[in-house]
Amino acid sequence: MSHIKLELKPEQVAKIKEICKSFNNDPGELINVLHRTQETFGYLPAEVQEVVAAELNIPVAKVYGVVTFYSFFTMLPKGKHPISICTGTACYVRGAEKVLDEFKRILNVKVGETTPDGNFSLNCLRCVGACGLAPVVLIGEKVYGRVSPDGVKDILKEYQEQQ
Amino acid sequence: MHLLVCGGTGCRASASDSIAEKLKAELAANNLQDEAQVIQTGCFGFCEKGPIVKVLPDNTFYTQVKPEDAPEIVKEHIIKGRKVERLLYVDPAKKQKVEDSKHMGFYRKQMRIALRNCGFINPENIDEYIARDGYQALGKVLTELDPQQTIDIIKKSGLRGRGGGGFPTGIKWEIASKNKADQKYVVCNADEGDPGAFMDRSILEGDPHSVIEAMAICGYCIGASKGLVYIRAEYPLAIQRLRIAINQAREYGLLGNDIMGTGFNFDINLRYGAGAFVCGEETALIHSMEGLRGEPTNKPPFPAERGYMGKPTNVNNVETFANVPPIILKGADWYSSIGTEKSKGTKVFALAGKINNVGLIEVPMGITLREVIFEIGGGIKNGKKFKAVQTGGPSGGCLTEKHLDIPIDFDNLIAAGSMMGSGGMIVMDEDDCMVSVAKFYLDFTVEESCGKCSPCRIGNKRLYELLDRITKGEGTLEDLDRLRNLSHVIKDTALCGLGQTSPNPVLSTLDNFYDEYVAHVVDKKCPAGQCKSLLRYVIDPEACVGCTACARNCPVNAISGERKKPHEINPDICIKCGACYEKCKFDAIRII
Repeated sequence: MSHIKLELKPEQVAKIKEICKSFNNDPGELINVLHRTQETFGYLPAEVQEVVAAELNIPVAKVYGVVTFYSFFTMLPKGKHPISICTGTACYVRGAEKVLDEFKRILNVKVGETTPDGNFSLNCLRCVGACGLAPVVLIGEKVYGRVSPDGVKDILKEYQEQQ
Repeated sequence: MHLLVCGGTGCRASASDSIAEKLKAELAANNLQDEAQVIQTGCFGFCEKGPIVKVLPDNTFYTQVKPEDAPEIVKEHIIKGRKVERLLYVDPAKKQKVEDSKHMGFYRKQMRIALRNCGFINPENIDEYIARDGYQALGKVLTELDPQQTIDIIKKSGLRGRGGGGFPTGIKWEIASKNKADQKYVVCNADEGDPGAFMDRSILEGDPHSVIEAMAICGYCIGASKGLVYIRAEYPLAIQRLRIAINQAREYGLLGNDIMGTGFNFDINLRYGAGAFVCGEETALIHSMEGLRGEPTNKPPFPAERGYMGKPTNVNNVETFANVPPIILKGADWYSSIGTEKSKGTKVFALAGKINNVGLIEVPMGITLREVIFEIGGGIKNGKKFKAVQTGGPSGGCLTEKHLDIPIDFDNLIAAGSMMGSGGMIVMDEDDCMVSVAKFYLDFTVEESCGKCSPCRIGNKRLYELLDRITKGEGTLEDLDRLRNLSHVIKDTALCGLGQTSPNPVLSTLDNFYDEYVAHVVDKKCPAGQCKSLLRYVIDPEACVGCTACARNCPVNAISGERKKPHEINPDICIKCGACYEKCKFDAIRII
């Protein structure tokens, strides 16, 4: 599983147990449990999955199978400012690839990676449904529309200055 | 008076929330809060020019409104009765300002059944839905009709599944109704995974009650007391509005036990997707709702026999449900009078890509692609030439100029080598390389294949590799035959709808753009100028004036030259990003 070995604090374990309990420890609610857990922890490392598996009384392998099947779940922590480039068809034909290339070049990371300082992580997603604004970039919850490769630098500056 | 502010995802991304607040504040400051009401509605559909503010009763349609325009709208329009000219929509063909939405080319040919309330009502207020005949269809069904009579109406209306399959809805309901079980389920498939499609999201954001009402009607017909909506986690606003709507319906006794005093019980819960395209397939969706990996299983057994938790389950798409209440109220004959012989009613499409009016439209079946693209869509962006329109998402195909005049319906699109799909319609112009487009879709399918069956898991990967080779100029003519053969093998042998349709983008581009493939493999050229490996950027010394704009904007310093003298690009350093091409004001950069 994950190479990061992490020790969960008792209150973190309690929090996971509380989430599982709010879904009656029902294995059928696994996906909802994982959604809520990821909202709380930001990601789903192996140690967290082990607690979830024990609470729902299912094998860890099954939890791991679900976590790795769905692209929404991640086993690696995201950056402080998670960047998501929409690579849906509408954004693709309006130049999303060039925008993505520019983010990769400036941040010097690949898709799925986080910058060494932990500030930015870069990911792709398929269609947020704001196709009228294509190409679209999301940073955290904020939506940037009609992004051009030239504009990437300025968008990143907003966040770099906050540091 | 009413000021309707679009509260769809697209417009909210452009600060429509703050427009609504500013308008409210401005009205209050002028003591007009009782005269004019600000309502945040669902999507108007005209996303290209968002955010939209519409003033009723005169239907004035303001486009690209900014929060700082609020005072002017209130002072000029509401108080003095003068329209704010600069915010009106300008018809690009006639160069004239259009005062109201009824005269806009975008709306003229549309017919709204599924979207009847989107952009008219506040989706977070059940009273507004009820005021527009909401829950009347449920009332009629529960008090006047028995389940079989209701199913007969749906069957007679000719409604077919809007999620892509086109299976007759009435027959689906009838099969589920005949299977005996102690518990049955109604499932709404809101896992809209096609990239570039946002029909279901807009319906759920703009008119969630229409889906709730239809699910209850379906529950009554098939004998189910439980409903589930499987919705993408990527749609937070739709989830929020659906939750509000379900709670309001419960408060009004329209969900829960003994609905309208008839003894009928029905309630709805939400289940979230987690980003897997294959979960749009109904057996995969059911597994995902059970907390498992979203892998499809063989049919039969169909969900109508053994679905969620092993019980008979009826799965319909959001748009299909949204059509049900009007059919019950206005009758099967009314609905079947719209559309073509085998495809009745209307279809919602998400128009996107290189088109002037990106947005959400609902048109009667039988309309032509030409009407949709050139009249409603306003033609191709920047005066470029139309090349292809992609329908049906990753399962569909690319249609060309020669298909523009066929009437759109389920069967015609399949005959033309594409499919209706859920309603994404991506328009492409002369700058789009069709080999790259096919590769783009295969990249998507490879990533989204669940991996359960080998034709889809391995076959699509091989298709992708072949296409990748071709875009790099390493393909051969034999590769084109290989592409075609492998595509047919995958179509014939894959387990579920995803694999059976994933080669469609390859086959349709091979059929319609064979010459473009040949140019890639024989001449090693990309006619659209998209495939980087096959391009070279050079500067025409005759046209170059030495303004240095290209050299200053080159991210890798590949361009050299003295001021006021022709520049040169070093092909060994050039990364072919195209920045110079876009910056040159003298058309001196050539792609060869």
